[in-house]
Amino acid sequence: MIDFTLWDIVRNLLLAGRWTVVLSLIAFTGGAVVGLILTLLRMGGLWPIRWLVRVYVDLFQGTPLLMQLFLAYFGAALLGFDVSAWSAASVALTLFTSAFLCDIWRGCVEAVPSGQWQASRVLGLNYLQSMRHVILPQALRLAVPPTVGFSVQVIKGTALASVIGFVELTKAGTMLNNAAFAPFTIFALVALGYFILCYPLSRYARYLEKKLYGAGIR
Amino acid sequence: MTLDFSTLLPYMDEILEGLVTTVWLTVVTTFVGIVLAIVVAYVRDGAPGIASRVLGAYVEVTRNTPFIVQLFFLFFGLPALGVPISATVAALLAMILNLGAYTAEILRAGIDSTTRGQHEAARALGLSRLQSYRHVVLVPAFSRIYPSLISQCIIVMLGSAVVSQISVSDLTYAANFIQSRTFRGFEVYLVVTLIYLLLAVGLRLAFEFVGRRLFAFRQGGSS
Amino acid sequence: MALVSVKDLHKSFGDLEVLKGIDLEVESGEVVAVIGRSGSGKSTFLRCLNQLERHDWGTIHLADQRLDGGAMSPGELSQNVGMVFQSFNLFPHKTVIENVMLAPVVVKQTSRDEARKIAERVLDKVGMLEKVDAYPAQLSGGQQQRVAIARALAMQPKVLLCDEVTSALDPELVGEVLLVLESLAAEGMTLILVTHEMKFARDVSHRVVFMHQGCIHESGDPQTLFTQPKTPELSQFIASVL
Repeated sequence: MIDFTLWDIVRNLLLAGRWTVVLSLIAFTGGAVVGLILTLLRMGGLWPIRWLVRVYVDLFQGTPLLMQLFLAYFGAALLGFDVSAWSAASVALTLFTSAFLCDIWRGCVEAVPSGQWQASRVLGLNYLQSMRHVILPQALRLAVPPTVGFSVQVIKGTALASVIGFVELTKAGTMLNNAAFAPFTIFALVALGYFILCYPLSRYARYLEKKLYGAGIR
Repeated sequence: MTLDFSTLLPYMDEILEGLVTTVWLTVVTTFVGIVLAIVVAYVRDGAPGIASRVLGAYVEVTRNTPFIVQLFFLFFGLPALGVPISATVAALLAMILNLGAYTAEILRAGIDSTTRGQHEAARALGLSRLQSYRHVVLVPAFSRIYPSLISQCIIVMLGSAVVSQISVSDLTYAANFIQSRTFRGFEVYLVVTLIYLLLAVGLRLAFEFVGRRLFAFRQGGSS
Repeated sequence: MALVSVKDLHKSFGDLEVLKGIDLEVESGEVVAVIGRSGSGKSTFLRCLNQLERHDWGTIHLADQRLDGGAMSPGELSQNVGMVFQSFNLFPHKTVIENVMLAPVVVKQTSRDEARKIAERVLDKVGMLEKVDAYPAQLSGGQQQRVAIARALAMQPKVLLCDEVTSALDPELVGEVLLVLESLAAEGMTLILVTHEMKFARDVSHRVVFMHQGCIHESGDPQTLFTQPKTPELSQFIASVL
């Protein structure tokens, strides 16, 4: 049996941790772009499109992320694509993120008081002008804390990619554990790794929220 | 590409067994998790001290690490410390601790300024802190955060899919088993995903039904 | 000819008929106060005048132009009929002067310099010139409402609609807003106000319209209307507010 030093373990985890960060960034940016498109469709499109977006969001929010990963992995294989854990995880997490962000952002647009719509209208602004000058700037401010908060969920979600074979922090942990048999230490370190990534973001989101509502937004 | 769902038919028993496991895990977790959350919120809301800080750390760590890591930590880590633990117990413990931490935070947010005023009134009337919480504070706080609570329970139920990784015979474990036998991965995962979706819908309906009974006092005034 | 001409206006919300056939003519420069109990339809009537609510039947004319039925675009409408709300509805993310400049720049394509001049002029008129760079959250209710009036005036409307503009204000702040409205009236601005301020209605308006259950129950000059009500409903209403 190979002897592992603590440093060996930490080094391996750090290397794998890179992929956690990369996957999180891919999912978050991709999800944000798709999510923005979905939000605009949800708020301003024809009712069949709005309904479709609603169904899309409900599906992703009402099913396990693990299942979404499996479906992406096996579904792509069925369609004849040679799918790696990387691409399946990226696609599944991006779509997952887009659905949740769409829901969050829609809520923020709806949270802008209706008086703002009315005031814009009586001043003569049309829908796009109202959105651009009055509604979206206010919705954006409301959206920052929950969006930052959701980024934490994305990072935690990448841990499930380990189940379909993607080597990130969690997978590295289980692989190391199989070799080194030090589960308490190893998984404590894995947890620490996620904590270091997530906790600052959580705190920042809380700070943003206090700043937003502490200032007495009407 | 052809989909063939008929290959799943012989495995209805496995799916049913998995479904039952997922359901009872969720039910037990919901009850115990909420109780745990109340205790944690009560302690954290009280005088600052060691207990409050320890529980605070528990809440922050649980909320900032993935559930799968918490699961592995309990299942693989505890035996290494000399504490034997079965897969099912580990799964249940992980789910309860997870729901407890999130719900404690949600509950803290629900105990807001209005409740504090009523709490002060109760104390002025002579009730102890515990009595005030029991009779005055908790029910209104719960009624306020109920929608968030429902969402959180659904999230934990959906997240329970991961316990299949430590060989607990839940719905996902059944799906994995069937996939390895029939090689019809997409079909079986599609069916199981639909079952989870129905579970989520059913759970929400059940919660809303209970909520209407418990919180009837909220209706019947101007909103 | 009348500036504003309303004929047979009907409006229902679902099964509830809120406006049951309103006829009204307002001359240019007239100040009309609309009074009545809550639920009498006064706010709904006002909001139909600038199409915030779409009425179900009837016509509204401004001078000789049709106002309703999509005959005027929102941009044209806002340049003819302005509105001030009970809850001010100032844009919280913009300063006072930006609030006032926004519509002229975006809707009328006025240059920013020209818009600024207009904004400063109307803000001066309502007495808010020193606060041009303040944000709404930094202002009192009375100050915010005066900015809201300036914002509506910047579009140079022919008629200004005021929907209970002092009802949300603390009592000591009501006066400054009424003063602004009084000076606008003195300059010949056509005002249609829904109000609970009976003293203002009596002293400043040319005509008072009493609405009851969706109809104009009584209408006439303030002096006679308040002292010699013709209908029991109006006497009851006056007794309850004065």
